[in-house]
Amino acid sequence: MDSSKLLGITTFIYMFSSVIYLALFVFRMKKIGLLATVVTIIGLLVNTAGIGMRWLESYQMGIGHAPLSNMYESLVFFTWSIVLLYLVVEFIYKNKVIGAFAMPFAFGSMAYASLSPEFSDRITPLVPALQSNWLIAHVFTCFIGYAAFAVACGTGIMYLVKLRDKGDSPNSLLATLPPLKVIDDITHKIILFGFIWLTAGIISGAVWANSAWGTYWSWDPKETWSLITWFVYASALHARFTRGWGGKRIAWISIIGFLAVIFTYYGVNFLLSGLHSYGAS
Amino acid sequence: MKKDKNSFWEFFASVKLALFCFFTLAIASIVGTIIPQNESPGFYIQKYGETTAEIFRLINIPDMYNSWWFVSILSLFSINLIVCSIDRLPTVWKLVTMDNLAAKVNRLEKMTPRNRFASAKPLQQVAAEVEQTLKGAGWKPSQRKMEGGTLLFAQKTPWVRFGVYIVHLSILVIFAGAIIGTLFGAKGSIMIRENSTVPYYFDRGSNAQQQLGFAIRVNDFSLTYYDSGAPKEFRSDLTVIEGGQEVLHKSIVVNDPLNYKGYTFYQSSYKADEDYWISVQNQTTGARKKFMARPGVELKWQEAGVTLGIVNLLRPDQWGRYRLKIWFSDGKGQPSVFWLDGETEVSVERADTAYGFKSEQVFYTGLQVAKDPGVWPVYIGFIIMLCGLFVAFFLSHKRLWVYIDETGNKTRVLVAGSANKNKVAFANMFDTLVEKLEENETLKLSKE
Repeated sequence: MDSSKLLGITTFIYMFSSVIYLALFVFRMKKIGLLATVVTIIGLLVNTAGIGMRWLESYQMGIGHAPLSNMYESLVFFTWSIVLLYLVVEFIYKNKVIGAFAMPFAFGSMAYASLSPEFSDRITPLVPALQSNWLIAHVFTCFIGYAAFAVACGTGIMYLVKLRDKGDSPNSLLATLPPLKVIDDITHKIILFGFIWLTAGIISGAVWANSAWGTYWSWDPKETWSLITWFVYASALHARFTRGWGGKRIAWISIIGFLAVIFTYYGVNFLLSGLHSYGAS
Repeated sequence: MKKDKNSFWEFFASVKLALFCFFTLAIASIVGTIIPQNESPGFYIQKYGETTAEIFRLINIPDMYNSWWFVSILSLFSINLIVCSIDRLPTVWKLVTMDNLAAKVNRLEKMTPRNRFASAKPLQQVAAEVEQTLKGAGWKPSQRKMEGGTLLFAQKTPWVRFGVYIVHLSILVIFAGAIIGTLFGAKGSIMIRENSTVPYYFDRGSNAQQQLGFAIRVNDFSLTYYDSGAPKEFRSDLTVIEGGQEVLHKSIVVNDPLNYKGYTFYQSSYKADEDYWISVQNQTTGARKKFMARPGVELKWQEAGVTLGIVNLLRPDQWGRYRLKIWFSDGKGQPSVFWLDGETEVSVERADTAYGFKSEQVFYTGLQVAKDPGVWPVYIGFIIMLCGLFVAFFLSHKRLWVYIDETGNKTRVLVAGSANKNKVAFANMFDTLVEKLEENETLKLSKE
């Protein structure tokens, strides 16, 4: 069993898990809740094994390094973080409906990693710039943060969906969602969690940049966009702490913030460098 | 007049201003990622047209992160941080240091969570038991006799209320570090050829030559590749020379720079020279000589009576593979002409001995030079920020009051608590504590 097989299987398990969580929500099939959790845990284990195996394989190839070195590997780790974080949220809040809003993100990023022709799943050696112990610290912190923001985006969407619940029927689809106040609280807490990791991610990146290039901040597009993302969430926190913002506004910020995350993570690599190279040619 | 001053102060202390700064900094930063920074004037004219390029030049778009207006927003942001912290700190200070035993009982009666009990035991004994239970649960209660009753109070981590201000302070520390770096630091680069010594670097902004006060000698630069053709390692072997003495020797790679006297030298680029190192060894006597050879130029090894040169070459490809055609004569018989394949050693038989040949490309190594005394303040700011965020987000100031008084023949107990954050978790903890009080055999509390 090699890592790509394991990670391929992971994609299918997460698809299955997303379907069960969605069924649980849409068809109010509470009985399959346990199945959903078990499938997700199995998915996480296979995902973990896949990452571990890939790590091992790179050593067997003589180019050993943590599997966090390119888009494919980062997407796999991103997925892993989302699932782990979601399971923790599910455990703390004892609510499985959140899965219908969180697991599709995990499936989406895993499927994108596996199926997109632009990313190769080949294990490649590290270029000199990445040969540093900061690689693990930096990628780990950033992606825990990104994953938290993905889950917060999911609960933000859940909040906006729940807003349509007029409360006229206790058996309606939307009545199965947690009360607005609870969703709001979950979203806020996950954003706090993500914010501290994003901060740690930016900081570890700055320290690494300083040890590799002699500048801890050079306003390159990736750095700048991570700062923009930081500003988005910082405004959300300030508006909430001091002006009592909550509910709908925070839900929207969790979505806008996640768009900024996606742009920092993905867009900068493909769109800005794209703009830049068109400009140069 | 006073009112004016107040509204002025309030403006700088407001969260509205902070949100405005976040917003404008974010928008401005986006502009800077879309419009390429620090390109030549010609680049902007070609890409955006002359009029737009001129407007860009007027408002410093090509170097916007250092422009007067961007720095102004950052300054406004700093002032906002300082004023808002000064504005709010006294209130927080009061909250942290306040005498909680002076709390009004009627306020405790409105707090959530709270519980009321009654006990048949006398007040003194109840107070002592409650104190023991609180101590057992990790609280450090103090108490005060009041008119009509006794008040116990205990709190945990009151200082966490400063968390937010610790984060604000950390941002200012980071800014201070950045300013120190700008004022007293230096950034630049140098290209040094292998086997040369250079006592200066070129400043990044002005391109002026700056003396280091010591010299850097590049002993060797080596470039290795993976089988795929991707670069594996750039390595420069450096020696620091000061006052004619070799004071430090280090081989640097991309993530492992050399530090000396506040300057740090980073491996950042390289350039292949036209020249090649060629070493020749007489395999009988063992005598050897290393030449820096330029294609087409004749080299002489006087003592050995040897003449050689590069007569033809295939330049390095993307893997750094090259070939040199060598012409060689030791004055005995016909000259030898043969190919040297990259760095592979070649042995050539001559009339009375064999000669070994080895070649190597000559490189320039590109070093990034930085002196930044502001790095440590910045790093300290980073640490303060992470600690501050942790405190501000995850720790809460927990307070607990127990008011005990007597009415008629029974003793009444009022337990009330508050936390400034994470109220659900606090309520759970409060319930556990209350359960402990209820389970106390001596107190025999009954719900009221």
